[in-house]
Amino acid sequence: MLHEVEVLRRFAPPRLGRFVVPALLLLLILFPFVVNAAFYVHLMILVFLFAYLGQAWNILGGYTGQVSLGHAVFLGLGAYTSTLLFEWYGVSPWIGMIAGGLVAMAFGLIIGLPTFRLQGHYFAIATIAVGESVLALFNSWDLVGGASGIYRTIVPESWWAMQFHSSKDPYYFIALGLVVTIFTVTRLIERSRLGYYFRAIKEDPDAAKSLGIDTTRYKLYSMMISAFFTGLAGTLYVQYLLFIDPEMVFLLMLSIQICLVPVLGGVGTLWGPAVGAAILIPISEFTRGYLGGSAAGLDLVVYGALIMLVAAYKPAGIMGLLRKAS
Amino acid sequence: MTLLKVENLTKRFGGLVANDDVSMYVERGEIVGLIGPNGAGKSTFFSTVSGYYRPDGGKVYFDGEDITGLPTEKVCLRGMTRTFQIVKPFSDMTVLENVMVGAFARSARVSEVRDRALEVLEFVGLADRRDFPAAGLTIANKKRLELARALATEPKLLMLDEVMAGLTPRETQEAVELIHRIHERGITLFIVEHVMEVIMPISDRVYVLDGGRKIAEGPPQEIAENEEVIKAYLGERYHAARG
Repeated sequence: MLHEVEVLRRFAPPRLGRFVVPALLLLLILFPFVVNAAFYVHLMILVFLFAYLGQAWNILGGYTGQVSLGHAVFLGLGAYTSTLLFEWYGVSPWIGMIAGGLVAMAFGLIIGLPTFRLQGHYFAIATIAVGESVLALFNSWDLVGGASGIYRTIVPESWWAMQFHSSKDPYYFIALGLVVTIFTVTRLIERSRLGYYFRAIKEDPDAAKSLGIDTTRYKLYSMMISAFFTGLAGTLYVQYLLFIDPEMVFLLMLSIQICLVPVLGGVGTLWGPAVGAAILIPISEFTRGYLGGSAAGLDLVVYGALIMLVAAYKPAGIMGLLRKAS
Repeated sequence: MTLLKVENLTKRFGGLVANDDVSMYVERGEIVGLIGPNGAGKSTFFSTVSGYYRPDGGKVYFDGEDITGLPTEKVCLRGMTRTFQIVKPFSDMTVLENVMVGAFARSARVSEVRDRALEVLEFVGLADRRDFPAAGLTIANKKRLELARALATEPKLLMLDEVMAGLTPRETQEAVELIHRIHERGITLFIVEHVMEVIMPISDRVYVLDGGRKIAEGPPQEIAENEEVIKAYLGERYHAARG
């Protein structure tokens, strides 16, 4: 019979080499200088955006275990906030970005207060309901463009206006900056009391309470952090596309995509959202690109198939698979 | 000085009265046992006292203050930590991380918390397993972990809910030794046990619950000879045969 320590050793987590991260970062910084094809830069921007959004979701859904299917709302509120600040008052999108994050955070607090009384699936269902309500609201709210949305005023390209017309590279670096920020923040959370408490709440709320953790308060903290960072990305999203309407930012499908990134890569792990985005986004873009209009929605079929595979064979996601192999 | 005082505690679940007008106290530095047959309301009593349930009647005083209805997490921060009969490890976290969660109750500084957790792991004898996920531990070690986690919150009063149930005789002996060592550290203990033979030798005083009511209290020797306790534990038939 194996000694207990021997058995336990088989479950020991792997360690990513310390040199891997700086090397990867260097490659990503060099990427737009080496690769000139606009499509690949565009693809990488999307990968960054979804790795970022997936990580922001992961703080609440992965680490704290509160599965949200309404995260597109935070993205949308961030996007609308910076758009309106720019269009109405000429405020730089950089300031709009922070403002959008704060609006999303406040909204997260408002929906967290009542919904965190709900357990498990009911919380997820409540977030869907919130998302659909906000979509309906913005569709009929003429002051903010209603269903037809807002075409952004095109100004000469500048960092101040966060508009770039001659090259996608600046957007690439803004997206990369956001990714580095959220991964750093998540790493810091992971190593602080906050992260330990989030994970404890996910694993066993009753045990967490018995050890002095105010579970509702920490779930709200998690929600506010997650919502704030999701809201920040709204500005990049709208500056990149220079157009916004409710169907673009408030659809349930977008919320599901955000949640799917870490689910595929590995929920509650630092690298899960990066792995998930690096696989999902190219699959989605290539199926859409090569098959064109003749197979509209095929990327969604692929998504569905991937969800089923993960659910059936490896609920811990790809990071779980790597962990087992090492 | 009285550390814990429970006055006329009543807890109902619908029509069922799980605790009926129960009063108990624990002096600082004591080891107090709470025994009773299955379904006597022992775990409910612990859960209500520690703030997991709200009582339907009665008062709970801890360290001189009224803590009736205070939620578990606040009760813990005041210095009363309970363990669970059915162990609740944070399965995907390592043994060390589990104990660190407990230690974070007293400090937010990670290095300090880590040292504190390592010290507690050394104390309970789990130091060699600190980097492994809690899910892989044996039941006996999961119970140790449960103790370690609670100890890490630096309680004045530790409430142990059947920490020895399901252990082999040797493991039970080790657990008893551990309880003695915890007591030597100056921690007051309130222990629920189903098995009388285990709790009697280590307790200063013993309370007996049956059918939600307190039926006896006193030193272990008196309790062991108490007619009503023998009746509750062994049933009418045994009592009749003896008489």
